[in-house]
Amino acid sequence: MASLTFFVNGTRRVVEVDPDTPLLWVLRETLALTGTKYSCGQGLCGSCTVHIDGEPIRSCVTTAAFAADKQITTIEGLAKDTSHPVLKAWIHEQVPQCGYCQPGQIMQAAALLTKNSKPTDADIDSWMADNLCRCGTYRRIRKAIHAAAEGGAK
Amino acid sequence: MTTLTVSRRNFLKAISVAGGGLMLGFRLPTGEEGPAPELFEPNAFLRITPDGIVTVIYGRAEMGQGSSTAVPMMVAEELEADWKLVRIEQADAHPTKYGSMSTGGSTSVRNFWTELRKAGATAKAMLIAAAAQAWAVEPASCRAQNGIVTHPSGKRLKYGELASAAGKLPVPENVPLKDRKDFTIIGKRMPRFDIPPKVHAETRYCSDMTLPGMVISSIERCPTVGGSLKSFDASKAKALPGVKDVVATDSGVAVIADSTWAAFRGREALTVSWDEGPWAGQTSEAIWRAFEQRSLESGTVNKQTGDTLAALQSAERIIEATYTVPFVAHATMEPMVCIADVRAHGCEVWAPTQSPQEAQKRAAKALDLPVEKVTVHVLMSGSAFGRRLESDFVEDAVRVSKAVGKPAKIVWTRSDDMKHDWFRPATYNVLKGGFDRSGNVLAWTHRIVGPNSRGLVVGGSTPPYDFPNLLVDFHLIDTGVRLGAWRSVGPSQNAFVIESFIDELAHAAGKDPFEFRRHHMSTSPRLKKAMEFVAEKSGWGKKLPPGSGRGIAAVESFGSAAAQVAEVSVTAEAVTIHRIVTALDCGPYVNPDTIEAQVEGAVGMALGAAMKDQITIKEGRVVQSNFDDYRLFTIKDLPECEVHIMETDNPVGGIGEPPLPPATPALCNAIFAASGVRIRKLPFNPAKIR
Repeated sequence: MASLTFFVNGTRRVVEVDPDTPLLWVLRETLALTGTKYSCGQGLCGSCTVHIDGEPIRSCVTTAAFAADKQITTIEGLAKDTSHPVLKAWIHEQVPQCGYCQPGQIMQAAALLTKNSKPTDADIDSWMADNLCRCGTYRRIRKAIHAAAEGGAK
Repeated sequence: MTTLTVSRRNFLKAISVAGGGLMLGFRLPTGEEGPAPELFEPNAFLRITPDGIVTVIYGRAEMGQGSSTAVPMMVAEELEADWKLVRIEQADAHPTKYGSMSTGGSTSVRNFWTELRKAGATAKAMLIAAAAQAWAVEPASCRAQNGIVTHPSGKRLKYGELASAAGKLPVPENVPLKDRKDFTIIGKRMPRFDIPPKVHAETRYCSDMTLPGMVISSIERCPTVGGSLKSFDASKAKALPGVKDVVATDSGVAVIADSTWAAFRGREALTVSWDEGPWAGQTSEAIWRAFEQRSLESGTVNKQTGDTLAALQSAERIIEATYTVPFVAHATMEPMVCIADVRAHGCEVWAPTQSPQEAQKRAAKALDLPVEKVTVHVLMSGSAFGRRLESDFVEDAVRVSKAVGKPAKIVWTRSDDMKHDWFRPATYNVLKGGFDRSGNVLAWTHRIVGPNSRGLVVGGSTPPYDFPNLLVDFHLIDTGVRLGAWRSVGPSQNAFVIESFIDELAHAAGKDPFEFRRHHMSTSPRLKKAMEFVAEKSGWGKKLPPGSGRGIAAVESFGSAAAQVAEVSVTAEAVTIHRIVTALDCGPYVNPDTIEAQVEGAVGMALGAAMKDQITIKEGRVVQSNFDDYRLFTIKDLPECEVHIMETDNPVGGIGEPPLPPATPALCNAIFAASGVRIRKLPFNPAKIR
């Protein structure tokens, strides 16, 4: 166990955790931020996606040690501002079905738009390819990303 | 307190509500025959409270298919409610109060199409009557719209203000319903209630919940079906931080921890010895061999018309083919999970379940309690597809909570979920078709060999065609593989076989596959129209560049007719899918936006099962464990999807499952048209079809 400092959604949190604990579980259970989901535990599906220093990472295969002292943004952080273009587009395009993979999809999409403000379909598919959705919301994900880009993503 | 005249004919009754308001209990069809019960028992409820909120209390579960919006839409339309004030409330499990609470078979909307609207219309009539009484005017002079009753004199009262008075009035029978042309909510793209909370990460799934004093548990189960626990060594596990205990249960060896990660790590530190039981040596190869061998014998007849033996003898030409379909997994995005709190005299369960009453029964049985002592709260599912009809994960939670005397959350790993799924059956299919000189099919025989579940294996095996001689027979063999309903069930595999083989017959007879089907579809007029519609919408018959092709498939299932055309091109070995065009006749449709989403999802699921991975068995165990060896459809794989919801006066049909079965055969038929390669074995690799 170690005392680690995290900056999560702009708030400093100090917690006692085993440094090898995946960030996913620190977020979900130590910090009670349950928006980030567990689905595969091996970085294969993207449901656990959060941002570290603005970059999307798979929190289920990222250790607490790695994430310590860095800026972490989870879906809760993004959703503090419900006028965020990605969130607005996601609702306007009625993207989610069961919703379980969607926080990860949204975080991955939001990161794309900070790097590429006008992605093509090919850009989107390439960037989002490892975010799995069993309900098949992909077409709407593409549409929502385009809409968010047009709306002027942050 | 309820003081109501009992009527055997009423389908509604008013129930008084503490705090005032109008509560109507109404009876949704249960599908059961027999004499009406002595006492009228409603199984769904509509509540309007003095604050004006309209709540539909409903037994079926939202699992991404959008029923939690479609159901209130049907009520609100006839009620003339202010949509902004409409809510739906998920009912807890009850053996009888909500009728059948099983969510499946694409029935949550279509089964109650009339009754939900009637409930809304009846409530509206009562609200108008209450207003008319208050104003001493004729009800016919009043108008209800958008949650307000008005009178030409300028008087107006909101539903909330009228609800308590309305609750005291007699319940009218046989109130008229609107014409479809007057709908303002049904048929419109209403935004779904569950979407904003999902986008804002407010939706609570089971694994997001905590209870005071709750432990988290992960269970090491026997890797083979029918095995049993011999011994285990938990010393290393118990030494890990966060691991509180390790207990043997009927579900397996349960690691009890204060966090999910500790529970997972605890499992890795266990040494467990199993008696692997009778299926320890099972392999996929052995299963296929057994299927193939048994296919040489005559089977149990499922459907028979005429004399196929004689008809085949007189055929101009006979085509034979063997088709195989693999075991596939549900692979819901949310792995299995459940919370149970077992106390001395009762139990509370929180589960994403499609079968809350079954869950309630199984929990009661596991605890040796009467069913009334078990409360099951139904939670939002992170997709289900039939997986959550099973109650194994509920039993897990109940057993562990009982063993430790605390509330327990059982979390399955992805590997657990993959290996301990209830799979869509693998089947081995032998078909023979004979046609005459003019290309009329004289006989069709289809022998199916599958694992031991008749309904799952044989469902949807009767072709929709008017063949004069038909024989569908089957064999069921125990395989030691757990079987379950997978989105669209029997049709999901049998439509691939039927719609591919009819395509083979068409090509062998030198006919256009669309025209050939049409010619044999006199007994399926609804499906024929859907097929004609999709042919038109997809430009069937228009010239395509060389190396490209179109394929068509038409399937009637779960009350709807669905026809699809796929367009592909094939270069050397690889397939590119350009688009899938769907025509869906589901009769009156409630939310077209939801329907389109469900079609896209169904197509993705079908094509994933056709072209990605399968479940295989080795040493009695499921081989696959995660999304690296059981790959799913990705955003890169989804072809363009064009969805056409047909405007028909046909009976209301389902939408969650019907669009799935035609997709794979439409695709494979297109591949044949483009390349001459006939796919008879799934899954196939689209990058290498030759």
